Amino acid sequence: MSAIEYQAPSFKLEDLWTDRRWRAIFVQILALAGLFAFLAYIVNNTINNLQTLGIETGYGFLNDPSSYDISQTLIDYDSRSTHGRATIVGILNTGLIALCGIITATLLGFTVGVLRLSGNWLISRMMYCYVEFTRNVPLLLQILLWYALVVHSLPRPKNALEPLSGIFLSNRGLVLPGPEFGSGSWIIFIALAVAVAGAIAFRRYAKRIQETTGKIYPVISISLSIIVVLPLLAYFAAGQPVSLNWPALSGFNFKGGLTLRPEFLALWFALTIYTASFISEIVRAGIQSVSHGQTEASYALGIRPNWTMRLVILPQALRVILPPLISQYLNLTKNSSLAIAVGYMDIVATIGGISLNQTGRALESMSIVLAIYLTFSLSISMVMNWYNKRVALVER
Amino acid sequence: MKVLSGFIAAAAVVGVAATASASTLDDIKAKGFLQCGVSTGVAGFAFTDDKGNWQGFDPAVCQAVAAAIFGDKSKVKYTPTTGKTRFEALKSGEIDMLARNTTWTLSRDADLKLTFVGVNYYDGQGFMVPKSLGVKSAKELDGASVCIQTGTTTELNLADYFRTNNMKYEPVAIETNAEGRTNYLAGRCDVYTTDASGLAATRATFENPNDHVLLPEIISKEPLGPLVRHGDDQWGDIVRWTLNVLISAEELGVTAANADDMAKNAKNPEIKRMLGTEGKFGPMLGLRQDWGLMAVKAGGNYGEIFERFIGAKTPIGLERGLNAQWVNGGLIYSPPVR
Amino acid sequence: MTDATQTHAPGTHPDLPPPLGNRGAIKWMRENLFSSPTNTVLTLLGIYLIYLAIPPFLDWFILNAVFDAGSRAECWERASGACWSVVIVRFDQLVYGFYPVELRWRVDLSAVLLAVALVPILFDKAPYRRGWFVFSLIYPVIAFFLLWGGLGLEPVESAKFGGIMLTVLIGVTGIVASLPLGIVLALGRRSELLVLKVISICFIEFIRGVPLITLLFVASTLLNYFLPPGTYFDLLLRVLIMVTLFSAAYIAEVVRGGLQAIPRGQFEAAMAMGLSYWKMMGLVVLPQALKISIPGIVNTFIGLYKDTTLVVIIGLLDPLGLSQSILADSKWQGLSTELYIFIAIFFFISCFSMSRYSIYLENKLHTGHKR
Repeated sequence: MSAIEYQAPSFKLEDLWTDRRWRAIFVQILALAGLFAFLAYIVNNTINNLQTLGIETGYGFLNDPSSYDISQTLIDYDSRSTHGRATIVGILNTGLIALCGIITATLLGFTVGVLRLSGNWLISRMMYCYVEFTRNVPLLLQILLWYALVVHSLPRPKNALEPLSGIFLSNRGLVLPGPEFGSGSWIIFIALAVAVAGAIAFRRYAKRIQETTGKIYPVISISLSIIVVLPLLAYFAAGQPVSLNWPALSGFNFKGGLTLRPEFLALWFALTIYTASFISEIVRAGIQSVSHGQTEASYALGIRPNWTMRLVILPQALRVILPPLISQYLNLTKNSSLAIAVGYMDIVATIGGISLNQTGRALESMSIVLAIYLTFSLSISMVMNWYNKRVALVER
Repeated sequence: MKVLSGFIAAAAVVGVAATASASTLDDIKAKGFLQCGVSTGVAGFAFTDDKGNWQGFDPAVCQAVAAAIFGDKSKVKYTPTTGKTRFEALKSGEIDMLARNTTWTLSRDADLKLTFVGVNYYDGQGFMVPKSLGVKSAKELDGASVCIQTGTTTELNLADYFRTNNMKYEPVAIETNAEGRTNYLAGRCDVYTTDASGLAATRATFENPNDHVLLPEIISKEPLGPLVRHGDDQWGDIVRWTLNVLISAEELGVTAANADDMAKNAKNPEIKRMLGTEGKFGPMLGLRQDWGLMAVKAGGNYGEIFERFIGAKTPIGLERGLNAQWVNGGLIYSPPVR
Repeated sequence: MTDATQTHAPGTHPDLPPPLGNRGAIKWMRENLFSSPTNTVLTLLGIYLIYLAIPPFLDWFILNAVFDAGSRAECWERASGACWSVVIVRFDQLVYGFYPVELRWRVDLSAVLLAVALVPILFDKAPYRRGWFVFSLIYPVIAFFLLWGGLGLEPVESAKFGGIMLTVLIGVTGIVASLPLGIVLALGRRSELLVLKVISICFIEFIRGVPLITLLFVASTLLNYFLPPGTYFDLLLRVLIMVTLFSAAYIAEVVRGGLQAIPRGQFEAAMAMGLSYWKMMGLVVLPQALKISIPGIVNTFIGLYKDTTLVVIIGLLDPLGLSQSILADSKWQGLSTELYIFIAIFFFISCFSMSRYSIYLENKLHTGHKR
């Protein structure tokens, strides 16, 4: 009896798809080759097409004067500014609508989410109707509807509504008295920064005290008063440098003050109301995800209902709420690109719209737009992944 | 990714007609129709009738070209384009020619690599305001809100005009003429600005056209004409000479009604050359012998097309003005067919 | 009189009903509307809001609305409410776009067949489900020929497609095509093969990182640069591909969530039984993972369905695009609210029923673990 000899594995062609290890490598090489072939095909076609059409490419046009005007600009801009600057104006406008939308949608969303869980039958039914109506109707339609309402239903500037003295509402938008910063107003901003830093420090201190001794400070009211009082003191100390710029009707439009244009208003309303309905569902699910036993246990320990919410329920709910909440923020930012439907000058409308069109640099302009959105989204999702890892429950 | 490319390949079976492009004309003949870019709708110039067929001053040029190629004016498919999408559509080959109110400028010629084959309407940018505002001149428009189609030359002219006159304005960006009309009527803007012909056409669709006035200032030259992309001169020639035939036909008195008769019995050899009964001018362009006859019969000569869609008797009510034949003191002029 | 003085022996007194304030409507109201001062205030506030909003809306919506006028001017002369005539007069256009009138039966037929094809997919109690499934599988082919023509049917070019028909077409195609693609992407992302994993991640993150509208712009303006010269892609087809890729990336993330929720033990057990990768995925893992992902998948579908409205921005004539061309007609100018509300109602009905169905499915598939 001879021992069964060990046969060294010899490579056969069919191993490529029968042997697990070979197959893995084979499939990957195939996929990689396919991908490269696909990319090479596209790049090759593009180069060929550009050559036959004689189109030059390059980002040099960003330094040329744009020659067009933009209605809402957060930085100085006129038709002699460059396409590059127009791009920045667009980015800032996207940022502005996203920021405003996120703040109001969060406030509205949390309110609605909590009210939906309220024991009050009427209120919770009303909130249910609101949520179902707004999230089942396309956002674009809502934007157009709000825009049509503002432009068609509100009076013209001559007969503008004046709900409060100095505030005008017309189909040219909402005009508010705007602050005008005189010399010395920097003191107020410094005071504000100091106050915010102080409030954060106080919150940390109060938390440490609470953790070690159980003594609870009224953190919110104290921080709020710090943030309000300090800048106010600075305002008077600096000799009241900030004055209000009252708008007045002159000629065709209102002059002075702060104008929120109908395009901005429609987009803001629609984004807020639409996103808030999603946020409210997230908040509701988050609160419900905390087992009722937690509440009962907290009561049993003698913690009062308000504090139960703040110390027991919310910290646990937030872990469930935060990831989808942030992805809603991302959605809101991406959805703000629908601005183009009403002519709000965001990034898609400036560089991806007018500049693209006036210069004919389609590849370059679209690549800039895509790159900006990608940078923004990917950095947010990186932060989110990091946060997810940090708060994830550690199990086996 | 393999799935993706497989998916694209499968999809390709459905809607892709891939042909190595020898020449635009060959491509058009192979696919059996002319793909023509038009605007999304300007009364008189390009609009859809009740059945969804495109009609108007600009589609008429497409129909003439289709007739010159196929002898059948209905072999046209239209792609509605906005100020934004029109050049990409043409450059990328999605459409074969663009016939919509597009201004001939140097940069569009040299930088965007497009060939304007001629001018079929001499226009200029004007302003329209409601009469009730009491504005008499564009110089009084300081601080006004102005509705402006984005991606057009009018947008650039407007910026220049207000800048040189030291005035401020609020641009209200719109995409299409219909949108501009809606916003202007709702009072979102005080002023609507675009080519004067477009303003007249738009005003004609208002319920009370007389409540609105066109201001006297014309702030730019806007020669509008059909265009093709660079790189195929034969195709450019075809569109250019089809347009020229329409213009010559008016000058020589050839109409849709009498074209057949003229082709046989006209005394003027120029008419016979143009309509294809003398010489080999069609084949020179790579077209059929009777291309000129077909082009004229498609929708009539330049004057007939003008009167039918935008002339003084239509609701648009445009006078010939600059667009009269050169013999009548206008700028419309065709080189000879010889 | 006698009742008042009637006495009962101890233990024989009949049960009395609870006091008036403690039963029926009053009890319900006390518990649900006025249980505390805050709640009372909230309830009153709610009633006031309803009072402010509902009667004027009803007035406008129905009571003062006009249904049979010939133009906007006539509407506004007759009443102050909504002018539904515009929707009624242009109803066919809003549904079919510019699809040739004499061929519209083909659209109707494919809609009916769609409903038939959906039954075995939506309800597992349908009789003859297996045979029926075969029909559902070949339905896309049937619908393709019905809508575009061919096989003896008169061809219709896709430029004539429009209205609600276009919305449903893009929505259903996107939903059907994106689910398998999304599952493959999710498997790719969870794959142990590094190359496949990286490709899937890049694709998913790129698509999810940019707004759909920019992708549609790319499809409508740049795609021709990427293809050989002379290639002509139908615009509708480009949109269908982009919408599918877009929602596939989102579905992939939802399915990945489902895959992650499957305990490792399931994988290990399947491998221990000697199942191959595809058998393990197809028989053990995916059925569980997909079940968990159903709410997310349906939400993605609803999102996709709503996103079909974006095609108006690149010039396709969905109901929104058509309403803009209707508003350009001087007979109906200024009636945007009526048209938008009509479209909103259509979308609400479709999306709301989809979300109801998802809840029904969730409850049905909920096998245990219910708190």
